[in-house]
Amino acid sequence: MASLSVTRARTLPMRVLGEMDWKSVGRNLPMLVVAGATIWFVATFLPQQQRLSPEYVVQSATDVTKFTLGLVAFVAALEIALYIVLVRMLHWQYALPYMLLAPAAIVMAFLFIYPFFYNIAIAFSNRSLQHFLPGTYDYSLQYGIENFTSVFTDKVLHDTGFWEVFFRTWAWTIINVFFHVLGGLGLALLLNRPLALRGIYRTILVIPWALPQVIAALSLRGEFHYEYGFVNNMLVALGLPRVQWLGEAIPAFIAATLSNIWLGIPFMMVVILGGLQSIAAEFYEAADMDGASAWQKFVNITWPLLQPVVAPATVLGTIWTFNAFNVIYLITQGGPAEKTDILVTALFKSAFEFYRYGQGAAFAIVIFFALFSFSAAWIKISGALKAVNE
Amino acid sequence: MSTQTLINPPSIWKRLWRRSHGDSPLKRALIHAILIFACIVAIYPAIRVFSVSLRPGDRLLSTSLDLIPQDATWANYQRLLFQTDFFLWVWNSLLITIVTSLAGVLLAATAGYAFSRWKFPGRAPGLILLLTTQMMPAVMMLIPTYLMFVEITRTFGVPLVGSYLGLIVAYMMGSVAFSIWILKGYYDTIPIDLEEAAKIDGTSELGAFYRVILPLSTPALAIVFLFNFTYAWVEYPLARVILPKAESFTWTLGLRSLQSQFNTEWGTFAAASVLVAIPSLALFLWSSKWLISGLTIGSVKG
Repeated sequence: MASLSVTRARTLPMRVLGEMDWKSVGRNLPMLVVAGATIWFVATFLPQQQRLSPEYVVQSATDVTKFTLGLVAFVAALEIALYIVLVRMLHWQYALPYMLLAPAAIVMAFLFIYPFFYNIAIAFSNRSLQHFLPGTYDYSLQYGIENFTSVFTDKVLHDTGFWEVFFRTWAWTIINVFFHVLGGLGLALLLNRPLALRGIYRTILVIPWALPQVIAALSLRGEFHYEYGFVNNMLVALGLPRVQWLGEAIPAFIAATLSNIWLGIPFMMVVILGGLQSIAAEFYEAADMDGASAWQKFVNITWPLLQPVVAPATVLGTIWTFNAFNVIYLITQGGPAEKTDILVTALFKSAFEFYRYGQGAAFAIVIFFALFSFSAAWIKISGALKAVNE
Repeated sequence: MSTQTLINPPSIWKRLWRRSHGDSPLKRALIHAILIFACIVAIYPAIRVFSVSLRPGDRLLSTSLDLIPQDATWANYQRLLFQTDFFLWVWNSLLITIVTSLAGVLLAATAGYAFSRWKFPGRAPGLILLLTTQMMPAVMMLIPTYLMFVEITRTFGVPLVGSYLGLIVAYMMGSVAFSIWILKGYYDTIPIDLEEAAKIDGTSELGAFYRVILPLSTPALAIVFLFNFTYAWVEYPLARVILPKAESFTWTLGLRSLQSQFNTEWGTFAAASVLVAIPSLALFLWSSKWLISGLTIGSVKG
């Protein structure tokens, strides 16, 4: 018996090595290399840091652990309380689902439902920089009416009114989503053909989406610099005059749009490529037999069969573009002279640069309804996102 | 392994030729040209950032279009690592991101299950609420969330404004709702027979969830973790409002602060971008297969 266990102990490491999934190790090798390099890098340079002292590391890690443990304790206490009330006392048939749901429901109530109604309350108050501390502001219907009418009649920014920003936002959204779908469709159609190096192209083309948006936006902002950005230097190399990209209204809008198109095409490309690959080849074989041209095949087979994929992706893309805060705020900052602000950046500025909380809250409700009515109408028309009613 | 070695594999050139067969050579050349052009457009800004990060300080503002400058140096990286708070920013971001993602998965795993398996009163409004949160841009919730946090900080002394705890709480709104939605979609694809079989074998309803469904859902839980991770890792506007002080900056705020100091920090900014972008890109490309299938699991089912 003893000898048996000895042999087992000796062979175990060999067996583990022999049975390890080397292929999966190979597949994940790039990630492992990056992770290893990161750890080495941090271990080498961390000790020479000034601000990130060991005390701060310990302190912040403790804080965060306490927070996590607190959350777990809260969930546990909640579950015990619910168990006693719902199961032991009420014997309710839906006790279990409500117990499963309760922690998330409380978080959502605290972080979404309460702020949502609080936002409405703020819209009916005179809160601002002067009326910030409790006791200095109050709520009344009069303030609410003033706030809502001021959104439409007064300036929402320093000197730009609501409608100008509203129409610019829709122009921005429509132009962007149109080019996202067009570019994504074009690239996906090319990548869907039998082609060498397809995987490499696909990986490279996804990079604008994979890059953190803040990095992409801030770097593109530098590239639109009048003298040193590559856009202008490229224009000069082609024998064209330089453009004041960020200094004038229309070039700044074009710069932001180009950046956002660049950022948004990969998502559409990937989604549409997935849709193209799910279309059965038989459709095209039948069309070939009938002598259909490439264009006829596209109009009658590809495009209609892509709709289940393209429709929800367009809704998502529209919502994302409508809310493209980072792109506008980090590239043009809404400038020059507020000529490239869209609704969400205007809202951010009205609350956190001009400190008009009351008007800002009213503004937020107006924007919400604009977006919500669009989404509702689109969902109704296209039948996307059916899952809710099943 | 053995079956592969038995058949004589065609050479790589033959395979490439076979794969690209179908279009005429001219057309294929054209397609390659278009795709190569698109790839250059897609990757050029990233390469430019890398090249700027290698430039010596006196040539940061150059009009040249060279990709690797002749006098390349690591000076910008040294400056970034030793004279700015880069590590502090990344550390703050990592803490916030990991806790947010974990909390999202923890709370959503059970809630998604409840939405998937029971028709309890309040289910339909709950699902519509979840969808609404997805349409609600973070900027719109910013005013009430910020003012609410200010009040809590003042009344209870819990520092929600100005500390990473506040940012974690704020991120949880987006991450929990989204995670529930994705996980509900995934649980829907698991046949209910599995739990019934487990119950016949003598486990309770919770036991069936814990022993059968959760292990089966590990890929979906990983996807949700990754989604939340990428969401919190790159978030900017909420962080900017909730973390005003430089000692609690996340890397997004830090990078912005480097760039807003006008031209002086351009090289340092580029170095920071490269150092953040490489792990982020690796994570995204490595997980993109699952991330993209995750997008279709939950939200666009139809």
